[in-house]
Amino acid sequence: MFVLIVGAGRVGSSVAKKALELGHEVSVLDADPLSHERLDQGAGESWEDRGGLFTVGTALEVDALVEAGVERADVFIASTNGDNTNLVIAQIAKKRFDVPKVVARVLDPARATWYAEQGLETVCPTQTAIELLEQAAFA
Amino acid sequence: MYVIICGAGKVGWNLARELLAKDQEVTLIESERRRYLTVEQELEHAVQYGDATELWILERAGIQRADLVIAVTGDDEDNILICQVAKEKYLCQRIVARVNNPRNLPHFKLLGIQPAVSATDLILRLIEHEVPQYGLVHLLALEEERLEIIELEVADGAPAAGKRVGEVTLPEGSLIISVLPKGGGGIVPKADTVIAAGDEVLLILDPGLEPAITAQFSPNGRG
Repeated sequence: MFVLIVGAGRVGSSVAKKALELGHEVSVLDADPLSHERLDQGAGESWEDRGGLFTVGTALEVDALVEAGVERADVFIASTNGDNTNLVIAQIAKKRFDVPKVVARVLDPARATWYAEQGLETVCPTQTAIELLEQAAFA
Repeated sequence: MYVIICGAGKVGWNLARELLAKDQEVTLIESERRRYLTVEQELEHAVQYGDATELWILERAGIQRADLVIAVTGDDEDNILICQVAKEKYLCQRIVARVNNPRNLPHFKLLGIQPAVSATDLILRLIEHEVPQYGLVHLLALEEERLEIIELEVADGAPAAGKRVGEVTLPEGSLIISVLPKGGGGIVPKADTVIAAGDEVLLILDPGLEPAITAQFSPNGRG
């Protein structure tokens, strides 16, 4: 599968590395060229030598998304540090580029819930943390 | 009318000021603490502190009863999100969004955020008006209705010059709605109103008919 990950922070870069290990074709888009270091970290070879793709660009720019391969993506993961950016680009990937599988990371549980109700797949780390903490403290 | 304005920058603050002066009920929402405190000096309880992309902030501002939500923050993704939830979650009838980067305009359209206003586009429109290319100015595009209104100057020697409105050969889907003689004072024309060179004419038309129409008003019928 062709996996496009937008936002190579801790989460995005880890998911990207995992996807590559699993044998997928992986493309990463990030506005910060230095985020590439996170993709190299912990591996002997560079991200590109391991077969990964990396594009520097702004997520909202269609040209950048196209350069990163959104048109042939089977999976699109929106994991920038902005909830609203993730929600908007995930909808663009879904509605404009017909990507079959789209997931957006949304830190705010309220927005994550509402957009999920509208049919957009969201992952909310805050909600997960709340549940885990509740379990750890009160179970 | 109850209006919620998101973003107290120059645009948002002045909009709030104008609407308050027109006796409308306004809540302005600003997420930056220092900016909020500055604006609060003047607008007092009409401005609230918080991130307008958070649903509870919108609810606290009373979005359920808002007649109009205006998103004019400096971030296009925020403006899109605010308008999307205003429209689809809180069923607000009217929204207006500001487009900061005109390249993002297709995103607003894709997600049904209309009208989306871009300062760059407005200025371009003005430039077109002041420095018309081929004498044609787009005055208004009614995108939902798929109609536009344009303004044209009638050139010397144009096929339409000297003709009556009823005699001008226009493509199907277009209509002359006003003739503005050189000396000023527009008229709503009748079929026998004569168009002179130097007049300006306003037409309403289906988008895409401009070349055929321009031909009638340019010298020697060239488009």
